[in-house]
Amino acid sequence: MTDLPAVQLDHVWVIYQQRPALEDITLTIPPGRYVGIIGPNGAGKSTLLKVILGLIRPTRGEVRVFGEPPESLRKKGQLLGYLPQKPLAHPQFPVTVLEVVLMGRYGRLGLGRRPGPRDREAALAQLERLKIAHLADRPIGALSGGEQQRVFIARALVTEPRLLVLDEPTISLDACAQDDLFELVHDLKEDYGFTVLVVSHDIGAVARHVEDVICLNRRLYVHEPPPIGRLALESTFGCSVEYLFHGEIPHRVVRRDD
Amino acid sequence: MIELLGLGFWQRALAAGLVLALLCGVLSVFVILRRLAFIGVGISHSAFGGVALGFLLGIDPLWTGIAFSAGVALAIEWAQTRGHLEEDAAIGIFFAASMAAGVLFLHLSGTYNVDVFGFLFGNILAIGERQILQILAVAAGVLAVVALFFKEYVFISFDEEMAWVCGVPVTFLRALFLVLLSLAVIVAIYLVGIILVSALLVIPGATARNLTGHLRPMLWVSVGTAAGTTLAGLFASALLDWPSGATVVLLLSGAFFLSALRHRLRT
Repeated sequence: MTDLPAVQLDHVWVIYQQRPALEDITLTIPPGRYVGIIGPNGAGKSTLLKVILGLIRPTRGEVRVFGEPPESLRKKGQLLGYLPQKPLAHPQFPVTVLEVVLMGRYGRLGLGRRPGPRDREAALAQLERLKIAHLADRPIGALSGGEQQRVFIARALVTEPRLLVLDEPTISLDACAQDDLFELVHDLKEDYGFTVLVVSHDIGAVARHVEDVICLNRRLYVHEPPPIGRLALESTFGCSVEYLFHGEIPHRVVRRDD
Repeated sequence: MIELLGLGFWQRALAAGLVLALLCGVLSVFVILRRLAFIGVGISHSAFGGVALGFLLGIDPLWTGIAFSAGVALAIEWAQTRGHLEEDAAIGIFFAASMAAGVLFLHLSGTYNVDVFGFLFGNILAIGERQILQILAVAAGVLAVVALFFKEYVFISFDEEMAWVCGVPVTFLRALFLVLLSLAVIVAIYLVGIILVSALLVIPGATARNLTGHLRPMLWVSVGTAAGTTLAGLFASALLDWPSGATVVLLLSGAFFLSALRHRLRT
């Protein structure tokens, strides 16, 4: 069970109105990794995440998350943790922080059942873990960007995910808070042992904190692996898709050749 | 005024008005939070086609109205989720088409009489025992469903995509809400008529939103606004001999502008 890849994409295409957003992506992410996805604007980073979450069905190709299509995983109640790029679409929405975190339990609870003491405990425990328990009764819109970010991470965690997906989590944070966030996610991953996929346009921050890097620009080409360092990674930012391992593992580069 | 309260038709009008205010007050909060104001307009206008179909077929217009508006609402939803059309375009097209169909049905049925006028502009004073029972049954059913799925509807209003990821059956609940709206629209037609019924589904929630930032108080304020303006509107229309539906909607609009003013002054 644990040997199944966390994410497996097999020749995945996503085409919007005759224009490809993702072209022929084949990718395997082993379980328990902290993976960063980088690439320029419009490279299809968010689309890739949504394909993995099951929010977007690929035009062609197959998606497997822990060996299953995302929809059937969801139907079985095995949920994925997701932090959307703009998690607070309605800043004035009349809910408190605790209510937002409890929302993560709603699907698990089922229709017509209210959250009970155990759900509240789970939600409060995550708020505690993220050091924002004192904000539990505040309206969500009254919090700072960084605090809101933690609330939405707490909501993702109460779904008890095996895969946590974060879309540009640092975009509204200052430099210090950005590092804190990557560290926090790292600690969470160590504690819960889940796989983390984080999309960012900030190549420096990603390179400092994650274990593997995927460089995406709509396409993926597989090449022989020359050795490559972090500087080289930065210089190839205009590439198609690359999957780089650094550290102890031999480096592998996948790049565009057209 | 005292004599008025002793009259059967007047008691029925007040009872129906209060039940409809409760029903629309609750739904209105979700219409505002989910930004469905325009689809409320679309559903209420498309009800005209359904009501006219009832006249043509000789069936109680309540049933044809419900079936027709629910059908149109689901068609709008379908066209929009399949990505064929933008939602606002879909609503604009479907509601114009259903109104046109309604005019045609009426023409074919050969009845352009006072009943039709009642459906267009509401005639709560003409309401009978049977309609009261229909209103009560529909209101109880719709409110029970909203209460049952309350937490899901709050989540969907907050963030639909996230609700899906967290395992909430979003597609089903979206479609169900449109059916609930159609039901409420059709029974609320007795009070204010097709042309104005969307006011009851939009203004109470919008007013409450101006006055409070919390969900439960929003529901109470919305229901209170709807009930208060309905009662005041009915009495005012009786005293001044004005059309009741229009009076209620004008009072509702007045309440909204006052709440907007208060919101402006506070922020």
